[in-house]
Amino acid sequence: MLKTFAKGGVHPPENKLSANRPIETLPLPARVSIPVSQHIGAPATILVAKGDKVKVGQLIAQSAGFVSANIHSSVSGTVESVDVVLDSSGYKRPAITIVVEGDEWDSSIDRTPDIKTEINLSAQEIIKKITDAGIVGMGGATFPSHVKLSVPTGKKADVLIINGVECEPYLTSDHRLMLEKGHELMVGIQMLMRALNVDRAMIGVENNKPDAIKYLTEISSSYKGISVHALKVKYPQGGEKQLIKALINREVPSGGLPIDVGAVVHNVGTAFAVYEAVQKNKPLFERVVTVTGKNLAKPSNFLVRIGTPVSELISAAGGIPTDTAKVVNGGPMMGKAVVDVNVPVTKGTSGVIVFPATESKRKTESVCIRCAKCVSVCPMGLEPYLLTRMSQRMMFENMEHERVLDCIECGSCSFTCPANLPLLDYIRLGKSEVNKIVRARKN
Amino acid sequence: MDNKFVVSLSPHVHSGESTSRLMFNVVLALTPAFAVSLYYFGLGALVVTLLAVLSCVLFEYLIQKFILKVTPTITDGSAIVTGLLLAFNVPSNLPWYIVVVGSLFAIGVAKMSFGGLGSNPFNPALAARVFMLISFPVQMTSWPLPIESRLKYIDAVTGPTPLSILKEELKKGETISQISDQIPTHMQMFMGLMGGSLGEIAAFALLIGFVWLLYKKVITWHIPITIFTTIFVFTGILWLINPEKNADPIFHLVTGGVMIGAIFMATDYVTSPMHPKGMIIFGLGIGLLTVIIRVWGAYPEGVSFAILIMNAFVPLINRYVKPKRFGEEVKRNG
Amino acid sequence: MSSILITSILVLSLLGLTLAVVLYLTAQKFKIIEDPRIEQVEAVLPGANCGGCGYPGCHGFAEAFVKADDITSFFCPVGGNVTMANAAKVIGKTAETKDPMVAVVRCSGSPEHRKRIAEYEGAPSCKLATALYSGDTACQYGCLGLGDCVAVCQFDAIYIDPVTLLPVVNEDKCTGCGACVKACPKSIIELRKKGPKGKRIYVSCINKDKGGPARKACDVACIGCGKCVKVCPHEAITLENNLAYIDYNKCKLCRKCVEECPTGAILEINFPLRKQKVEGQIESTETL
Repeated sequence: MLKTFAKGGVHPPENKLSANRPIETLPLPARVSIPVSQHIGAPATILVAKGDKVKVGQLIAQSAGFVSANIHSSVSGTVESVDVVLDSSGYKRPAITIVVEGDEWDSSIDRTPDIKTEINLSAQEIIKKITDAGIVGMGGATFPSHVKLSVPTGKKADVLIINGVECEPYLTSDHRLMLEKGHELMVGIQMLMRALNVDRAMIGVENNKPDAIKYLTEISSSYKGISVHALKVKYPQGGEKQLIKALINREVPSGGLPIDVGAVVHNVGTAFAVYEAVQKNKPLFERVVTVTGKNLAKPSNFLVRIGTPVSELISAAGGIPTDTAKVVNGGPMMGKAVVDVNVPVTKGTSGVIVFPATESKRKTESVCIRCAKCVSVCPMGLEPYLLTRMSQRMMFENMEHERVLDCIECGSCSFTCPANLPLLDYIRLGKSEVNKIVRARKN
Repeated sequence: MDNKFVVSLSPHVHSGESTSRLMFNVVLALTPAFAVSLYYFGLGALVVTLLAVLSCVLFEYLIQKFILKVTPTITDGSAIVTGLLLAFNVPSNLPWYIVVVGSLFAIGVAKMSFGGLGSNPFNPALAARVFMLISFPVQMTSWPLPIESRLKYIDAVTGPTPLSILKEELKKGETISQISDQIPTHMQMFMGLMGGSLGEIAAFALLIGFVWLLYKKVITWHIPITIFTTIFVFTGILWLINPEKNADPIFHLVTGGVMIGAIFMATDYVTSPMHPKGMIIFGLGIGLLTVIIRVWGAYPEGVSFAILIMNAFVPLINRYVKPKRFGEEVKRNG
Repeated sequence: MSSILITSILVLSLLGLTLAVVLYLTAQKFKIIEDPRIEQVEAVLPGANCGGCGYPGCHGFAEAFVKADDITSFFCPVGGNVTMANAAKVIGKTAETKDPMVAVVRCSGSPEHRKRIAEYEGAPSCKLATALYSGDTACQYGCLGLGDCVAVCQFDAIYIDPVTLLPVVNEDKCTGCGACVKACPKSIIELRKKGPKGKRIYVSCINKDKGGPARKACDVACIGCGKCVKVCPHEAITLENNLAYIDYNKCKLCRKCVEECPTGAILEINFPLRKQKVEGQIESTETL
């Protein structure tokens, strides 16, 4: 029996259209817009001004606090403007727009293709390098990685969990990364292990990627403490709490963090970025993005510089199909629809999905027939139908009592609802109101 | 790009499951039982079933269109299921006007007056059945004999059900072994060869439907299996105490409305609890009440009453029995 | 037969009596003594429990009102000055009179003026839509039209116009309780002085972008040109973050700014219709 999490879950059609397409490097765009808020936490402080010349990898915005991250230029050229730009959040937010001139990298970056395996840095030095490189969670949550690595006093991590699940349908960027950058990944994981002072790391991969499981298992034998685990295919396996439950059978307490059960979870993309940052001195300014969609001519995996407009990726994948009516940044279960295809790729962009008109609209809502399917698929053991009703009636205190704050917004309830009710919409609404109430209570 | 994009919050994909599809699967699951019923009761089964389904759909349409003035939602199939279940719960020789009145009660009173699909506290087909049983006790308890009544409707030859034989004879002071020749064998009853409501007789056909519903994930096993187990264990204990005064547990499972009640009526989405723990309590209650009514009550059969009584407890169960939340136990220990 | 009747009556009467005594004793024991004036104040309040006064319902207001030494900060927007005067009379004080307020929607971006660039789908809630994006038009300040203000209004005083897709306040029904102001995630709705005979002038826009982008996003946006500021003889208009704001306490309703505004972002409400031409107006004054 393959491991998986215990409660709930759904099986959306996988549609991994780009699984067999190797990672290609996307040609440099004419200009990039790099938002200074690509992570959870304070926006970075801008260091450049209009007219400045920048190199690839140069620091252009400085981390503004502990929970924040550095931003580096992804191209070389001239800063065209420092202004608000519409990004994937749907809002106009501060960003640095750079006109690309050539491709001149910062001299400190090691651009040789050799894999450097020996690690001779201390935990503190590794964390310092990760902080400097501006690495954030690459799975989409974009939580600054160095915060997760700084274990608070009184708590102790005993296992590092590497998330190679990629349970979102359509997305294949992590899959390709595991296949093509296996050794780099392993070294990155070892560095994370050293940074956390743990002696074992577990890579969880869903069983729909047998090639990646086989390859990683093969090479993991030469790296101490790393094991690869095949997991049953079930969404949302890649949820932090679900993955911990599946791999080591510990439940993160309600309102708690993985470190409360001795685990730290990092995405494979993050582990790869850590390798590049520590061994190659290369800050995080490019990432692998899956561009996919049923009507797209050439679903692909691209290595993209941060700040490249999404439209460039779509044209490289065969151009935007004429019947496109929705473009989603991220996976289909948790990603966000964008208003405009010119929004820039950020550190958290794992994929871009182009939906045809026939799949863009939700179906007509009907009434709740109390089939309880939402309750049975909820991986957190909540009652989405009840939370929705409470939210509609503005019963926010009751929602808190029904533990709406445990909701991980995985979308399983809306996905499964036979009445096509926007359950998660209402739950999100209630959640934000409850958060407000909780915050007000603290003050 | 000139055309407007659709923007919405996640998720952007849907399972494709819909109310009408679920209802369609219930209808499919009921077809084996209907086929058996046609085989045993012939014309009567056909007339009553068609009449019940048609009048339920029609009443739903008329009420929604002209009284509530909303867009009729008969395409969701719930009225068809109500009609089918209503027909399955009455004798095949029931006069047409009673069927129509029953349908009107099921749709008009038990369903629409509470707000329609999703809001009714009681199972409409069962509420209508009980209403008819009280209003038309004679017609509702004259059971056509299988096979003999094949080509007849109102004029069907009638006889008692195994449960009514049991009740009557035990009251007279007879023992089980003395009346065993009046009661069909277990195998006959399993195959449906006995008097009874037109859809409840054939346990094997209903079980085929159960497997289909489980396979299609329309229902979970919790409610039916709990009811079966409860009835089996409870009657088993009574039977062990006194096998001459109490029928054996298999008899109780295959006679009367246990099969159809447990598989199709108790599992009605709207009127059953929302999560496994609650479902098990619900099933337990139905099982216990059924046996209590059958053994000590005035009526020979108690499934309908048991389900309706437990329906009334569903809001309470939903409120006080909560699913196990993720991360709950750890918190308590810590 | 009669003995059964008598026993039944006796048993039931006894039962009733015992329970009555128990109830009485419990009521005595757990009795809460409340200032009788609280009830009196509550009686003169409208009983809408809207929370517009800042207290949880009318009872909460009455409780705080009776206890307070200084009642100047108390105001029931629904009942207005009459109610406040009555309530103050109960506790032997006098209430200050305040100007009646009305909710105004500071956005005129109907589809005709403001091109839609996206189509929202999901639960009808402005608050939820703000989690998704800044709006379905190029203006990131404008009204989303999903009706959070309508949902919270207890007085049925606001509705979404099906043509303009903007909320419309019915000023006869609006009590100025401010529920919609709190509900609007875009802070578009503002409570303003109702004005003499309902006459009022306000900038019906909250776009803080510079002139170019603002105009591009919406035909009737305030572009921050400052013409109104210059023309205002009462210094009632201020310009901040490319947005003009009229102080309703200083505005003398002269309407000069309305004429001056190049985009028509300043609205005048409840004024008699103007004459078509300026020359015509002069002529008419001359004949007088």
